[in-house]
Amino acid sequence: MAAILKDETAAITSSSDIVKVRQLVRELAISLGFTLVEQTKVVTAASELARNALVHGGGGNVRMQALNNETRRGLKLTFSDEGPGIADLEQALKDGFSTGSGMGLGLSGAKRLANEFEIESAPGQGTKVMITRWRNT
Amino acid sequence: MERIPILKMGEFLLVTIQIDMHDQLAITLQDDLTQQIVKHRAHGVLIDISSLEIVDSFIGRMIGNIAGMARMLDAETVLVGMKPAVAITLVELGMSLTGVRTALNVEKGMAVLQGSLKGKEFFGRDIER
Repeated sequence: MAAILKDETAAITSSSDIVKVRQLVRELAISLGFTLVEQTKVVTAASELARNALVHGGGGNVRMQALNNETRRGLKLTFSDEGPGIADLEQALKDGFSTGSGMGLGLSGAKRLANEFEIESAPGQGTKVMITRWRNT
Repeated sequence: MERIPILKMGEFLLVTIQIDMHDQLAITLQDDLTQQIVKHRAHGVLIDISSLEIVDSFIGRMIGNIAGMARMLDAETVLVGMKPAVAITLVELGMSLTGVRTALNVEKGMAVLQGSLKGKEFFGRDIER
């Protein structure tokens, strides 16, 4: 079981909160010793998921946990919203699928940029997306 | 209202994005640039993103939109200064910005714009003859 080094939560209620989430995730990634490329990937994934929570979920929050187990360190991000939820998860994870005005790369792109990806959602139940990025050692 | 400055340099417009943009600011830049292209009859737009630490799908889409709109207004767009980590991440994200010309730095970007302008003049003369 991984020890939690840091555990922070931030609200996502406006487009300036997306910028704030990027900054918070960047700081955590730096504190964990991520390389510049790893930082950039996890910050970009966080930006996509924060925007999803805002645009599709009507706002929500992100829990950011810096993890440390015996062999490696990582950053786990959990985005939650109380929005309408996603009826067809398989479709939502396809490249180019979008109900908003975006490119439809948010979910699928964030999944590719992370090492672990989990999503829980159902119509009327909101959406929860968890990603973990481990530091390369 | 917060805005990204657009500088006029001869027939070209130069935009240097130096802050982590929130989405509305990116949309404002897109609108401002298209208006400035027409106002100054600019033939080229150079966007310098050397200070940007990340480009996500929203900012990427905005850059693609600017290039597309500029093309319809008879202006070329060159994106310069992308950091290697940003390039790696954008491709993995699934966004390769096809259709957007790039150059390594402002100087090379300017050369690309000047080159395409010369090409246009030559083509223009050819037609008149």
